[in-house]
Amino acid sequence: MPEKVLMKGNEAAAEAAILAGCRHFFGYPITPQTEIAAHMSNRMPKIGGIYLQAESEIGAINMVLGASAAGVRTMTSSSSPGISLKAESLSYLAGSDLPAVLVNIQRAGPGLGGIQPSQADYWQATRSSGHGDYKMLVFAPSTVQEMVDLVVDAFYLSDKYRMPAMILSDGLLGQMMEPVVFDESKVKKAPEKPWATCGHGDKREHNIITSLFIDPYDLDAVVKARYERYEHIKENEQRYEEYCTKDADIIVVSYGASARIVRSAVDAARKEGIKAGMIRPISVWPFPDKPILSKINDVKAFLCVEMSMGQMVDDVRLAVNGKKDVKFFGHTGGVVPTPSEVLEEIKKINRGA
Amino acid sequence: MKFEKPKALTDMPFHYCPGCSHGIVHRLIAEVIDELGIEGRTVGVAPVGCAVFAYNYFSCDMVQSPHGRAQAVATGIKRANPENMVFTYQGDGDLAAIGTAETIHAAARGENMTVIFINNAIYGMTGGQMAPTTLIGQVTQTSPYGRDPKTAGYPMKVCELLSTLDGVALAQRVSVDTVKNVKEAKKAIKKAFEYQMEGKGYTIVEILCVCPTNWGLSMKDSLKWLRGTLMPNYPVGVVKDTGAKCKSKVKEVK
Repeated sequence: MPEKVLMKGNEAAAEAAILAGCRHFFGYPITPQTEIAAHMSNRMPKIGGIYLQAESEIGAINMVLGASAAGVRTMTSSSSPGISLKAESLSYLAGSDLPAVLVNIQRAGPGLGGIQPSQADYWQATRSSGHGDYKMLVFAPSTVQEMVDLVVDAFYLSDKYRMPAMILSDGLLGQMMEPVVFDESKVKKAPEKPWATCGHGDKREHNIITSLFIDPYDLDAVVKARYERYEHIKENEQRYEEYCTKDADIIVVSYGASARIVRSAVDAARKEGIKAGMIRPISVWPFPDKPILSKINDVKAFLCVEMSMGQMVDDVRLAVNGKKDVKFFGHTGGVVPTPSEVLEEIKKINRGA
Repeated sequence: MKFEKPKALTDMPFHYCPGCSHGIVHRLIAEVIDELGIEGRTVGVAPVGCAVFAYNYFSCDMVQSPHGRAQAVATGIKRANPENMVFTYQGDGDLAAIGTAETIHAAARGENMTVIFINNAIYGMTGGQMAPTTLIGQVTQTSPYGRDPKTAGYPMKVCELLSTLDGVALAQRVSVDTVKNVKEAKKAIKKAFEYQMEGKGYTIVEILCVCPTNWGLSMKDSLKWLRGTLMPNYPVGVVKDTGAKCKSKVKEVK
């Protein structure tokens, strides 16, 4: 059994990438994710890997694009304003069917915003990180251990489906210390990559990595084929946790750091005799609509709690499709909701307010 | 002697306009790849611009980069597989405008790769707009009264700019307007690839090219303009060559 170590979320994300076989990390400093780059710069030279500090977030993500095209497991990390800069190449990665792992330790926006934790990049991550029709796999850890497990899985799934994967976390998780285990037995090897541009060695035709399809009918077909893959992923890769949902009248939907607060609020509500529960999306794309649909007839209402003005609530409403009330509670700007605030919202719904 | 297509070019016909220099430069790169016997381990990076379809023309592995990001992409390729020979092929808008940061920092890091830089003083693919390399007074679609330095600044001399950086092993400007110059251009490209093989660092060959379509000139007048106007502003020759200056001091990095 591997031993438990106490680690910050950011450092754990970096170490998990190394565990997953990532030996090429391209970074750029930005608060509150800089420990990822610092950890990589410390570890990579010792294990024959590459830590390269790029000239910008744009530079870093394009180095990732090159390394991914060359066939290796590669990663970059940033925080909200830096992710906006990476948007262009996320679109190119998706359009070129290239795997890569990207960590977003979200901070408050818009603009320079603030450096406190936030979940206001949900739309960006799940809807429109860049231009064009495409999706990324997006995973949202709620504990430091889950950060480790999801980083490891993100490498595997990104390779499997040949698409970028994002860890959508926040400054709270990134800066928090918890005991974690790095379990090598959970690592799945990268598949063969016969498409990689690593030199044909006079043994095959040349490989071309491109996102350009000048004939509109070609592009239409390529994107539609990609969307068939997305449908398969929606069906097979939804991840979520259900907490006290079996007999719940009120289900709170919350992810990442805010789900930790919701868990306390649900416990407090139960103590007061209110049948509250929680659905915690772990994959936010694909969004887990299955547990919501399975509970839709049994609950009075849903409550969505986020550190934003309400973004994931859209996905909850799409799943619920008007059949039940979906309320929202959140703070933004780096303010973290408290369990008593969430409890108060649950009570309001319970009173029928 | 039989005139043959280099092995490092595919059979796909070029789409370039009549008179365009891209065809000559593609051929020179392919000849160098053949002569050095490196096609199997070469990876090229195509830009956004007329030469984006370079990925169809070179027989080696090819990656298409976002606009201006070719040298960051090439950095990722090279760092992943240092045994690969990596080159980028970029125009002046791609390299010297939107890709300035990627260019300067790849050079500053001394990334061991080769940059083929096409300078035709104009944006080609989008239809002839002002580029960073557009000359003072030059009329383009977006400098219809001629480039005025008071509002549009001055042309960038990329080789001279990069030559101040310690990571640069070779910065040379050539032209492909005459047989003699084509031969010089090929020598420079070959030297750049050889330096990369020897691990000497960042190499850039800037090539003065014609764009008759967007210059609005005949082929004959294009060559005349290149020699009479472009070349005096961008003199051909070696701007920096660490191999020539201190050959014995350069360590080979494997």
